[in-house]
Amino acid sequence: MEHNATIHATHDHYDPIASKLGMWLFIFTEILLFGALFIVYSVYRYRHPVEFHLANQELNVTIGFINTVILLISSATVAMSITAMQKGDKKMTIIFLVITLLLAFVFLVNKYFEWGAKIHHGIYPGSEFLLSLSHGDILFFGLYFFMTGLHAVHIIVGMALLIWVLVRVKQDRINKDKYAFLENGGLYWHLVDLIWIFLFPLFYLIH
Amino acid sequence: MSENNTHISSYGSHIFVLMCLITLTFITVAITSVQLGAFNTTAAMLIASTKAAIVLLYFMHLKFDDKIFRFMVTLVLAIYAVVIVITFFDYLYR
Repeated sequence: MEHNATIHATHDHYDPIASKLGMWLFIFTEILLFGALFIVYSVYRYRHPVEFHLANQELNVTIGFINTVILLISSATVAMSITAMQKGDKKMTIIFLVITLLLAFVFLVNKYFEWGAKIHHGIYPGSEFLLSLSHGDILFFGLYFFMTGLHAVHIIVGMALLIWVLVRVKQDRINKDKYAFLENGGLYWHLVDLIWIFLFPLFYLIH
Repeated sequence: MSENNTHISSYGSHIFVLMCLITLTFITVAITSVQLGAFNTTAAMLIASTKAAIVLLYFMHLKFDDKIFRFMVTLVLAIYAVVIVITFFDYLYR
């Protein structure tokens, strides 16, 4: 740590390890938030196996699969933007960040069409059609809309965060010697990917 | 974070990790499209956990960072696992 202090003597109050530690603490709260929802899902699934099985087949596996791949690629590009920054390649850092943002946008567009199709078929929280179905169906679609919706909110927050990172990279306020902010933005983005890794099989695949 | 202990993952290694993740996604879709009953859920969750571990270790850099990060993440996941076990004991043996 003493060695660090001399390297970063010019940057007052810059401590990459500590800021990363703070980011991880925040990520833990997010893991527990979604973790609680996954437990709610598991318990209701255990209590209503037949309804969950049938409702599950309403979801479009292809769109879910495409969105999974999109998020995985965007996670890789954010990781590569950090590699580029560590090599001092500002241009590639920006390119990778822009690709990540574009992929995030495509994810949201897919989500828009997916939800749009459901709503078009009269399946949305509180809809007359949904309320006429069994208790298990209502729970399944309630959880589906809430959990994928909360995840989509995280995508939007992640995009805002990455745009902030992008601006700071352009201003050289994030640079080769001082890129903890970029790393933390990347950590948040990976978290969003991590959550989707579990949402996809639970809602789209298992039956 | 000093110059001599910063690990820089190459572009190639990120691409390789990405290919592994996409392959695992394909495998999950393939496995769950076959009717295997309860095995479907187990297999899908095992593969999802493997993917999550890969993301945590390589993309989120836990493999190369200070041990304290790995320790903290393991601890949080362990606490979460205990909560799951306790919840299901409650529902199964009520």
